[in-house]
Amino acid sequence: MKKLFVTASLYTLVTAVLLGIVYPLAITGLAQLTMRAKANGQLIERNGEPVGSALIGQPFTGPGYFHSRPSAAGTGYDAGASSGSNYGPTNKALVDRVATSSKAESNGQPVPVDLVTASASGLDPDITPAAATYQIERVSKNRKVTTARLQALIDEHTQRRQLGLLGEPRVNVLQLNLALNALAPR
Amino acid sequence: MTLNGWLQIALFMAAVLLLAKPMGSYMTAVFERRKTVLDVVLSPCERLLYRVTGVNPSEEMPWTQYAVAMLVFSAATLLLTYVVERLQHVLPLNPQHLPGVEPALAFNTAISFTTNTNWQSYVPETTMSYLSQMLGLATHNFWSAAVGLALAIAFVRGIARREMKTLGNFWVDLTRGTLWVLLPISVVFALVLVSQGVVQNFKAYDTVKLVEPQTITGADGKPTTITTQTIAQGPVASQEAIKMLGTNGGGFFNGNSAHPFENPTPLSNFLQMLSIFLIPAGLCVTLGQMVGSPKHGWAVLAAMVVLWFAGTLTTFWAESQGNPALHTVDAAVSQTASREQAGGNMEGKEVRFGIANSALFATVTTDASCGAVNGMHDSFTPLGGMVPMVNILLGEVAFGGVGAGLYGMLVFVVMAVFIAGLMVGRTPEYLGKKIEAFDVQMAMLYLLIFPLLILGFAAVTVLLPNLGLSSLANHGPHGLSEIVYAYTSATGNNGSAFAGLNANTHWYNDSLAAAMFFGRFMMVVPMLSIAGNLASKKIAPATAGTFPVTTPLFTVLLTGVILIVGALTFFPVLSLGPVLEHLLMHAGQLF
Repeated sequence: MKKLFVTASLYTLVTAVLLGIVYPLAITGLAQLTMRAKANGQLIERNGEPVGSALIGQPFTGPGYFHSRPSAAGTGYDAGASSGSNYGPTNKALVDRVATSSKAESNGQPVPVDLVTASASGLDPDITPAAATYQIERVSKNRKVTTARLQALIDEHTQRRQLGLLGEPRVNVLQLNLALNALAPR
Repeated sequence: MTLNGWLQIALFMAAVLLLAKPMGSYMTAVFERRKTVLDVVLSPCERLLYRVTGVNPSEEMPWTQYAVAMLVFSAATLLLTYVVERLQHVLPLNPQHLPGVEPALAFNTAISFTTNTNWQSYVPETTMSYLSQMLGLATHNFWSAAVGLALAIAFVRGIARREMKTLGNFWVDLTRGTLWVLLPISVVFALVLVSQGVVQNFKAYDTVKLVEPQTITGADGKPTTITTQTIAQGPVASQEAIKMLGTNGGGFFNGNSAHPFENPTPLSNFLQMLSIFLIPAGLCVTLGQMVGSPKHGWAVLAAMVVLWFAGTLTTFWAESQGNPALHTVDAAVSQTASREQAGGNMEGKEVRFGIANSALFATVTTDASCGAVNGMHDSFTPLGGMVPMVNILLGEVAFGGVGAGLYGMLVFVVMAVFIAGLMVGRTPEYLGKKIEAFDVQMAMLYLLIFPLLILGFAAVTVLLPNLGLSSLANHGPHGLSEIVYAYTSATGNNGSAFAGLNANTHWYNDSLAAAMFFGRFMMVVPMLSIAGNLASKKIAPATAGTFPVTTPLFTVLLTGVILIVGALTFFPVLSLGPVLEHLLMHAGQLF
């Protein structure tokens, strides 16, 4: 029995070093050597300052920006505390929140559902092309850019399904708004 | 339900089935200690490991010794994780200067990762240092999966061997599973994940300047302006790979596989789902090869595919319908699928995954004992959220966890041949071995411990309101679902959650830890005893009266036994939770 305890302890320590130290360090080394930007979170810089990550959503609520989805991460898009709302489908708080959001977003037509629902991570970087197009009139009025130009901007930033098949079409809101700022500086 | 959604689902299953044979044949070679392509590199490492740890690789163990070695090893790894978590504030790789983890939480987490559950009562970004994640948690993602693999292989040997007292050597099976199967695939998979955007670094969390500063109402009712965003980082890809491959499921971040840094693209999502089923599907082939009846392996795999498909169909349908409660708001909401949006119930789902991939992921992660999520199950429609729960309640045998799925399924196989034997009035036989009273008693014990833990703990929690009801995020039948799901997930060693439930309380931390512990180890012991007993039996030649375990009839019988046992046990509680909620939702009631 004593031999078993010794073996179990030694086995734990040796494999802990291999699997818990050597393996992640080796992957980090390889990743940093070959795919540095991706391994570091694809930060976007403007004027030498980091303004976000290409993969992480940011809150946009003003009339002159394309809005992102509601977020339950911290106070909203807190990428240090990712979270969904975890509201069940029959939770009154969910219906009330959706009612408030859809009233704020509505242009008279039905609002695309992703624009008024919180994502799973609270950091969803994307909205659907439907949700982006839906906001064109408001943004156009506030930015003095034609709707046609905005539609072209959305099309340019729409990612279609990966390999033509996987996932869903999507528009990265941060990158779309950065392009909007470049097009019509405020 | 879109055509594209069905195409993605079909592509996924095609990939799983195509990989089953090569993966299974490789694992047969690994565990029968035959030559493989990786021997050049790994055999010297293996020999060195045995020499350092004092393992005699030619020693054969009876089932009792095998079980004791497994238990002692699990205890040693559990202790290491507990110590690392408690001391993380004085250990390196803690750039956020996080304090040591509280005792109850550290204990719950250590049990959780040791048992392959990966239930998380904590928010990782604000609780665990990088070292705790790597050395305390990711190591368990390897160990607990390798233990599951070893146990499954031991069971298969029990079926294959005749008139022998032993099931193999625990340390050898553990080592070969880790070095030959889990580690090499993880290395490749981790790098592929980085190529999709999964981060892998040791830097402190980044702070970036928001493009549009936000004014929000603070907790004190006064407006506050937020100008920056903190972005959590870490060695994610290395952990993500084994988290999926080992059917562990414990997220590096709170958002788990919904977090863009864990699962950034549809392709990374596809590969994560594939990696959940890769080993469990392969093990069916390994079973067939090791017991000398490849067709039996495929018949078992067929039952798994049937159960998987039924779950996927239900969830995909339910989530595509959207939430009828949202039709009541003043400014209308469009939940209809079109070319430009997936539509459906998008609360708690990511745009890049939409409905099809969220439904598929939820089914796959609970068919297996993975428990990673790319959408929040708590926000699924009642029936869409019932499928993940039912998948776990059926014992996670449709593919199932690494190893755990196969040995769970084999217990059901024992039950199925027993019932088939009763129906024709013959002594039941399984691959030439007589299934006798002891085997059936142990199989029944295995099957009864499970509902006893789930329903027992859930009942106590509901009946004693001071214990757990204040933790609920949702009320009405959905609240019951949250509690039942928590104990289901813990006992089934799944680890996914109806995450609105605040489980970081003394009662939940302790009772869920107990459910996870007994759900793993109390079930493993009867399972191994069946294996030990089977190994000692003679193999009788097949006759015309032998029930064949290679036919579609067997697949149907096996599926039927699983569904009947599950339905008889859990239908009452399901009817009070998700079924009732579904009816009330369509009647327009909110809570």
